[in-house]
Amino acid sequence: MHDRTIAELGVGLAQGEYSSVELTRAVLEAIERAESLNAFITVTPDIALGQAEAADAARARGEAGPLTGVPIAHKDIFCTDGVRTSCGSRMLDRFVAPYDAFVVERMRAAGAVMVGKTNMDEFAMGSSNETSWYGPVKNPWDVTTVPGGSSGGSAAAVAARLVPGATGTDTGGSIRQPAALTGTSGLKPTYGRVSRYGMIAFASSLDQAGPMATDARDLAIMLSAMAGFDPRDSTCVDHPVPDYAAALEQTNLAGLRVGLPREYFEADGVDGGVSRAIESAIEVLREAGAEVREISLPNTELAVPVYYVIAPAEASSNLSRFDGVRYGHRCEEPVDLEDLYKRSRGEGFGEEVKRRIMVGTYALSAGYYDAYYLKAQQVRRLIRDDFSRAFEEVDVIAAPTAPSTAFALGAKADDPVQMYLSDIFTIAVNLAGLPALSIPAGFSGSRPVGLQLIGRHFDEERLLSVAHGYQQRTDWHTRRPGGEG
Amino acid sequence: MQWEAVIGLELHAQLATSTKIFSAASTAYGADPNTQACAVDLGMPGVLPVLNERAVRYAIRLGLALDAEVAGRSVFARKNYFYPDLPKGYQISQYEIPVVGRGHLDIDLEDGSKKRIGVTRAHLEEDAGKSIHDGPGTLTRIDLNRAGTPLLEIVSEPDLRSAREAVAYMKKMHSLVRYLGVCDGNMQEGSFRCDANVSVRPVGQLAFGTRAELKNLNSFRFVERAINFEIQRQIELIEDGGTVIQETRLYDPDRGETRSMRGKEEANDYRYFPDPDLLPLEITPALIDEVRAELPELPDARRQRFVEAHGLPDYDAGVLTSSRDMADYFEAVAGGCDDPKLAANWVMGELAGALNRDGTDIADSPMDAESLAGLLRRVLDGTLSGKMAKEVFEAMWNGEGDADAIIAERGLEQVTDAGEIEALVDEVIASNPEQLEQYRAGKTKLMGFFVGQVMKASGGKANPQQVNEILRSRLDG
Repeated sequence: MHDRTIAELGVGLAQGEYSSVELTRAVLEAIERAESLNAFITVTPDIALGQAEAADAARARGEAGPLTGVPIAHKDIFCTDGVRTSCGSRMLDRFVAPYDAFVVERMRAAGAVMVGKTNMDEFAMGSSNETSWYGPVKNPWDVTTVPGGSSGGSAAAVAARLVPGATGTDTGGSIRQPAALTGTSGLKPTYGRVSRYGMIAFASSLDQAGPMATDARDLAIMLSAMAGFDPRDSTCVDHPVPDYAAALEQTNLAGLRVGLPREYFEADGVDGGVSRAIESAIEVLREAGAEVREISLPNTELAVPVYYVIAPAEASSNLSRFDGVRYGHRCEEPVDLEDLYKRSRGEGFGEEVKRRIMVGTYALSAGYYDAYYLKAQQVRRLIRDDFSRAFEEVDVIAAPTAPSTAFALGAKADDPVQMYLSDIFTIAVNLAGLPALSIPAGFSGSRPVGLQLIGRHFDEERLLSVAHGYQQRTDWHTRRPGGEG
Repeated sequence: MQWEAVIGLELHAQLATSTKIFSAASTAYGADPNTQACAVDLGMPGVLPVLNERAVRYAIRLGLALDAEVAGRSVFARKNYFYPDLPKGYQISQYEIPVVGRGHLDIDLEDGSKKRIGVTRAHLEEDAGKSIHDGPGTLTRIDLNRAGTPLLEIVSEPDLRSAREAVAYMKKMHSLVRYLGVCDGNMQEGSFRCDANVSVRPVGQLAFGTRAELKNLNSFRFVERAINFEIQRQIELIEDGGTVIQETRLYDPDRGETRSMRGKEEANDYRYFPDPDLLPLEITPALIDEVRAELPELPDARRQRFVEAHGLPDYDAGVLTSSRDMADYFEAVAGGCDDPKLAANWVMGELAGALNRDGTDIADSPMDAESLAGLLRRVLDGTLSGKMAKEVFEAMWNGEGDADAIIAERGLEQVTDAGEIEALVDEVIASNPEQLEQYRAGKTKLMGFFVGQVMKASGGKANPQQVNEILRSRLDG
């Protein structure tokens, strides 16, 4: 039963086919059996069973929503009251948060059952889940390959049908790219759609939490619970939250204007199998009546360099609080303050995190600020303007999510630039603050390919209903590793 | 060579909000260490700052009072550096675009003239916590209660030319922030702090000399002493062939000197950048109007009104408006006795003297304005002579009750009955025939003797003016 969608589980629970406690037990067993995937950093059976009991009781009282009693997992970047919140880092290996993140609060309030915290690249810095202090996550489709990152644990857990849904965060593609590499669905909402409160910051102006699940319907159910205004996050937007699931049928694919950015399709280094799968996916949209046209996003090639100035700059400052003074890793027997700082941070952070702190510190330094940070912010505006112009002509933009399918563990681990290029199609969306999702769109060989759909600000309803329309015409989202849909 | 000092001040006013600038924790002073620091103040992972609207209103208030431009859009920036009492590893401040732009404040110079001092800017920022190095043992303790307390940093132009001018400016600003109710001005608790940038140059030279930044100036007295010491130090250094280096110097009040901190602080690159957790601060004209409407009468306007409406000399009006508490007290006394000049004399005289003697602030005066007005009403209706009134004042100050009670208890009513005074006068003349003879022979200075004798005979209660008149008519008649 644990391998069904959230919507299906909602029906099963409502009809008394199984209780949330039974479902949660099954999920916990599945997680245990799949331990070798390393998808979880912390499993929380006691909390899960307690919440499941409470959910069953709520259902008995007639107080059940679509997520009541449904087991889900949280990326370990979200603070969870009383539960270790490691952010994939040795720095926070023993950190127990004293509060819940907004997203955690909201999922709990919706009745979802937290079964554990998923593995991730350290401080969400990575595209393969190999930078985690807790070791790499394996892609359930082929355990010699990576699941993508940074939300690799959530993606692998959903792909392996350990949980029907999980939360993720996306700073430069960290929901969409792992969704693509694991054949799952993932949505990065508009910047400001979901509160960042309690979500450990990587790059504050880019970070956004979102849902990961098997299909668009489940994404919609989860987003309805996660979205909303929160006065504790000043960048959160007070924008009405529609019932996303109810809106799934609202967009007719017939007449939908779909833009294909020339720069994305002509980019070097795109895997041939990926291109073919995306072309077929676009053909599906066209057959359903969508009006497909080429568009241009002329500043596309600047997105990666701009991102790798802005994100590390913000990160270098955001990660300053991890100093060994109040919480987190502290070196043994520091001889003085400087020693405390140097060794605590030197031991607590991994290589990729240190690399980005150094890059970011450099970009903000006196004499370099104008040339790097300021210039990057200016180009960021140009990138946003590209999208604004494009959305005057089209309703959604379609493109590959990632240039390749899942790559072998270790293949890019020593080549940061190659690794950074895995986010070449996802990064501009974060710079522009737009919503985008990735859905399964076939295979290249035996490895899943993701189709990315990008929408206007706060146009998640349309994105989800286009994705839903596509999924009604295809069955890629029902394929699962090692089995038939 | 003739030297001239060039001084600019950076004043830090702690804003009198009940909660912190970016969190809901209390700002109350004196709590047990680390009991008033919430997750945001502690810089816990994942927490975010939310701007305190009241702090913004207070900044606007000061901006309006300084006749300064209030920015429609200002930006919070992160100032990055590592220190154990700075939990996030950065301080949220304003850098390129502050909330308050260019303004000015007029100060009174000793020769009675006024001088306009430019205010470069004022910006909002959060305070850091406190490192306590002098506790038991070798460890440094950290108290984060103060972390996140709202500060307004007010930066002056280098328009000040002496330590006295600097102190006059600082006092005026201190008075202003208290007038506005934006800062309690308590310098012992660090609510109002000062850093001074000091340089010297030969008189007539336009270019500024190299400046030193003086820190740890916790009182008006220290500001004056530290600046004077520093001016002298720089002049002597240059005259001996040395050069002033740009550095931060700490004032040591025990030794009365400034000392180089010579720390790594100078090498800090703060890597300022706009804080992505906070949107730019937008201030609408409507909000500015709203804040303008809640502004109290400003000190200079009030001073002007005291001169025009109450007929006070400008000097008196200046003294009485030097603090809002003093001005409020004066106005209450003046209203209560209906004689502003008499009220002014007593507030600036007896009351100020008594407060000064006891080291008490007027806000904590043991004698309230209505009590003092009650005393002055007895002076105005002739019940008390000036001398008797002072006696009653002392008794009131010592807590013996209000003026009327003390007058009744001590039988201090002034004797104004003409018949009674005439009887006393006749008695005194009759018992001093010798003096009478000398007086009539032309030694009119003896008038004082007779007045004294009559007053003595009345136990000091006779109305002196009446005594004079009656004596004169008897002696000269």
